[in-house]
Amino acid sequence: MKLWSKLAGGLGMLVVACAASAADPVKMAWVYVGPPGDGGWTFAHDQGRKAVEKKLGAKVQTSFVENVPEGADAERVIRDLAAKGNTIVFTTSFGYMEQTLKVAKSFPKTEFYHATGFKSAPNVTIYNSRMYEPAYLAGIIAGHMSKKGMLGFVASFPIPEVLRNINVFTMGARTVNPKITTKVVWISSWFDPSKERQAAETLIGQGADVLLQNTDSSAVLQTAQDKGVYAFGWDSDMTAYAPKAHLASAIEVWGGYYTSVAEAALSGKPLKKTVWGGIKEGMNDLVSVNPIIPEAARKAVEEKKAAIKAGKFNVFTGPIKGQDGSIKVPAGTTLSDKEIDSINWYAEGVEGQLPGK
Amino acid sequence: MESLTPLVASAIAAAVPLVLAALGELVVERSGVLNLGLEGMMLLGALAAFAAVAHGGGLGLAVAAGIAAGALAALVFGVLTVTLQASQVATGLALTILGSGVSAFLGRQYVGFPAAASFKDLPVPGLSAIPLVGPLFSLNLLGYVAAVLLVGVTWLLFHTRAGLIVRTVGESPAVARSLGLRVSRVRYLAVLFGGAMAGLAGCYYAVAQFKMWQEGLTSGNGWIALALVVFATWRPLRVAVGALLFGGITALGLYLQTVGVHVSTFALASLPYLATILVLVFISSNQQALRRNSPTSLGKPFFDGD
Repeated sequence: MKLWSKLAGGLGMLVVACAASAADPVKMAWVYVGPPGDGGWTFAHDQGRKAVEKKLGAKVQTSFVENVPEGADAERVIRDLAAKGNTIVFTTSFGYMEQTLKVAKSFPKTEFYHATGFKSAPNVTIYNSRMYEPAYLAGIIAGHMSKKGMLGFVASFPIPEVLRNINVFTMGARTVNPKITTKVVWISSWFDPSKERQAAETLIGQGADVLLQNTDSSAVLQTAQDKGVYAFGWDSDMTAYAPKAHLASAIEVWGGYYTSVAEAALSGKPLKKTVWGGIKEGMNDLVSVNPIIPEAARKAVEEKKAAIKAGKFNVFTGPIKGQDGSIKVPAGTTLSDKEIDSINWYAEGVEGQLPGK
Repeated sequence: MESLTPLVASAIAAAVPLVLAALGELVVERSGVLNLGLEGMMLLGALAAFAAVAHGGGLGLAVAAGIAAGALAALVFGVLTVTLQASQVATGLALTILGSGVSAFLGRQYVGFPAAASFKDLPVPGLSAIPLVGPLFSLNLLGYVAAVLLVGVTWLLFHTRAGLIVRTVGESPAVARSLGLRVSRVRYLAVLFGGAMAGLAGCYYAVAQFKMWQEGLTSGNGWIALALVVFATWRPLRVAVGALLFGGITALGLYLQTVGVHVSTFALASLPYLATILVLVFISSNQQALRRNSPTSLGKPFFDGD
């Protein structure tokens, strides 16, 4: 169980600690919410960690602790990593925010980097990826591929990050078919293959024929393949799980960012700027587009991707209507990053009620 | 009505492994032994089944591996509780923790891949197209096996001499002993059967339902199955009804969301346990009902000198 992984992680760190001191490499540690083998979120972060090792070799020393629950355990693990002499600690889940801030106070000389949060401190830097960009591109493909005009979204928690992905997925699809709608099912978990599967089954049963998920496993994609509909990979390239159902994968690419953090630390000037990168910065992408997707859809995706890269297109440029048809973003205006990060509404075409409203 | 059919299908898919595991546990408890290690045995069975197909074995081998892993874990439990008379509750809990840990540890190499082979749905032509009940005729092989076992266990337990022996041992091992029955042997067989069924349930998760391996794949369903046995007051057919209810609760919550009603998944997740507590309160409020419905010697060790 969790205990095992912690034990293994602890042992790993012990080994690392003993081997240190030769050339004083920068010691970097990662805290993962799932196993690196989840094929999704944690896998992507671990790929990033490996990229740092590959690029910088002996100049860095990396370690990680996996399967750390977002609670009191997280604080203990983060504290432990800082106490073991790691000068850089990445905490890679939204739910580690408060714990990271708390530990950072006791370790002012350690640099903490928290993924996807919104609270920073002198030694806590935030980084995130604009996953809504590839999610929008996925929406365009979904608009082309859906025959019934109904999309399905398996969602985790109603936080802005997830809400905006639901919105842009629908908005992308509506550029192709203005009547398309999206049904959403919330499962209150980031990683629960059994619930993810049941949610996907429910959506497919309701008539959704292209699915996207903001959860971490490949269960939705596999369910889509079993039921003969389409879905996307999320966080990592998931083609191998369900080659027939897989339309494309919206992936996170953390290697470049992690390497830049390490390099800055090596040069003695730690990176302290909040980074919120997207397709343009190479922090995410839509990859492994299935050959069955019609030419028109690929072309549309390529065009939008090029425009995003060139800085000519922002997904959150108006006019954008809310679920009830009211104008949320007027024509000609673009939401600021702050506004994007506090989205608490459904866009037009998303069905159902926001949880807790 | 038509749109409810997928809901039923989802409930049935979730109910099948609950039926398998709970049927096994029911027989164990009917023999007077309480094995709380269900979750651990299921996880070991799931991992063994997944590993079997991952290393090129067929589905037959997966089933055999799942059953063997569950039974092996149950054997450990049997040695400790039946032969060595250790506390059944403590040993069962230890088995759950051990099974979760060992399966997570050994399973690391299998995380991140789909199952190399899996059970496909086998719809019965005609019957599977009927709205609402159609999904009952569109199970995979293990689903049909569960149905057969359900009938088989009911028949064995209540209409054969072997079943009478198991129940006698569970009611009063002392009486059973004075009749010349070998209490330990009966309990061993029951415990092994329970382990095999739990392993089969795990196998269902790994190669029929989720078709993947991950730490804690059974996500607490072992506990649901345990609750189910009590909920069903130790009767096999009620286990099936309860499994459909319990399996359907999550599916129902998700379904309600798609029609615009939001129910907290946390609240739903606690419903099976609440229902079980209600049943417990109900049957234990009355000594007669309690005696009629639960194996009298459940959880009590018995030394028969074998």
